[in-house]
Amino acid sequence: MKIEFTLNERPVRVDVAPMARLLDVLREDLRVTGTKEGCGEGECGACTVLVDGRAVNACLIPAIQLRGAQVQTVEGLARSERLHPIQQAFLEHGGAQCGICTPGFLMAAAELLHREPHPSRAQVREALAGNLCRCTGYQKIVDAVAEALS
Amino acid sequence: MLRIAPTFTVATPTTLAEALALKATHGEKAALVAGGTDFVPNLKHGLHAPEVVISLGGLDELRGLDFGAETIALGALVGIHTLATDARIASVLPSLATAAGLIAGPQLRRMGTLGGNVCLDTRCVYINQSESWRSALGYCLKKDGDTCHVTVTGKKCVAAASNDTAPVLLSLGACVELASPRGVRTLPLEQFYVHDGARNTVLAADEILVRVLVPRPRETRRMAFEKLRVRGAIDFPLLNLALAFDLDADGVLTAPELVISAIAARPRRVRALPEGLLTDALVDRIAALAFDATRPLTNINADVEWRRDMVPVLVRRAFAAARGPQSPPFAC
Repeated sequence: MKIEFTLNERPVRVDVAPMARLLDVLREDLRVTGTKEGCGEGECGACTVLVDGRAVNACLIPAIQLRGAQVQTVEGLARSERLHPIQQAFLEHGGAQCGICTPGFLMAAAELLHREPHPSRAQVREALAGNLCRCTGYQKIVDAVAEALS
Repeated sequence: MLRIAPTFTVATPTTLAEALALKATHGEKAALVAGGTDFVPNLKHGLHAPEVVISLGGLDELRGLDFGAETIALGALVGIHTLATDARIASVLPSLATAAGLIAGPQLRRMGTLGGNVCLDTRCVYINQSESWRSALGYCLKKDGDTCHVTVTGKKCVAAASNDTAPVLLSLGACVELASPRGVRTLPLEQFYVHDGARNTVLAADEILVRVLVPRPRETRRMAFEKLRVRGAIDFPLLNLALAFDLDADGVLTAPELVISAIAARPRRVRALPEGLLTDALVDRIAALAFDATRPLTNINADVEWRRDMVPVLVRRAFAAARGPQSPPFAC
């Protein structure tokens, strides 16, 4: 099935099975590998991307739902050589350790930024509630997002 | 890696009539999917084997919130995130907003829909497992087997209703509108769920849930929802309950409704609740009745005695919430 959508502001066209996961379409068909697979069943948030501005789990989105959609992945955050403020804050606060969960956290935080430019710490915690990290204990991640959006 | 084996076709109808025609053609072999947050993981685990998957995302007829003078109509495709954050829902149906905000995590609430949650498949520690795990145990009553590993001797599946909107909607006296090629029927939600975990609704093979109709609550109606789960950020309920009652200016409670779920295949209304001056003693009586009415099973992977002991605790919390400002907690 041929499907056209916009990926990081560029039009793309893929020929995939209707129920192919967005995660696999990104990583294997389009070779855009910033989005990571964690649990594969919607619990860990590692594969979080934005579809039409909403943070969703790419492991649960069938390709059929992508027709005409605007998809943004972690590759779409930085502008040329300049990191997105959330990425910069992750660097400065040690918000990333092993890194597998980091793209998902960045995208969940990016959605929060679109929705709420100056969130409270409680809103940051709530927005990141669907993302698991086994390294950092979350504190540094919350610090990074809270500072980036303060 | 949990991928979906392409053993079925996918249909993308754009009208309800088209979707109903497809459902009528394929019957039980057609699976309906909207947000897919429950269906897709279950598909990956081999719990469903449809010949066609009907994607409902293109059916605009199933969207929309309508706040009528008598009835609030909620389209089946209304998102869980919308239910949790819409100011009108928070104002008129605060327990529904609370429940929606406690479903899964932020990402799943952005994908999941009201209809999907109302029709959520039941869950059990012996079914929500991989194919190899289930085969090693000889499967179970819910799918492919003839033994219930929870009750051992039982012949009816006891997988638990795990939808958080169901007890709330029952406590509010909601109805469901079901469409089929035969027409549209409206059914009290009370009659929609049945005591069979293998399939706990009366939704016919050719029917699609179109809307949920909630009677507009009286000004004196107070309501609350409470949920017990392992991780406060994401999990299915180990126990949930919805409370609604009228409270007059003199502090007298009437017409109480208490619905407890995540216990058995069907949410349970606790009946014959006392009315009277709303005191701590009255709350304790209702909490005791709720405890007596609840018999958790090992269908959910958490201590059954603890879950039962938490029933009166959640009842007291629900009363405390319902007596306070009727505003659901912040949901993102």
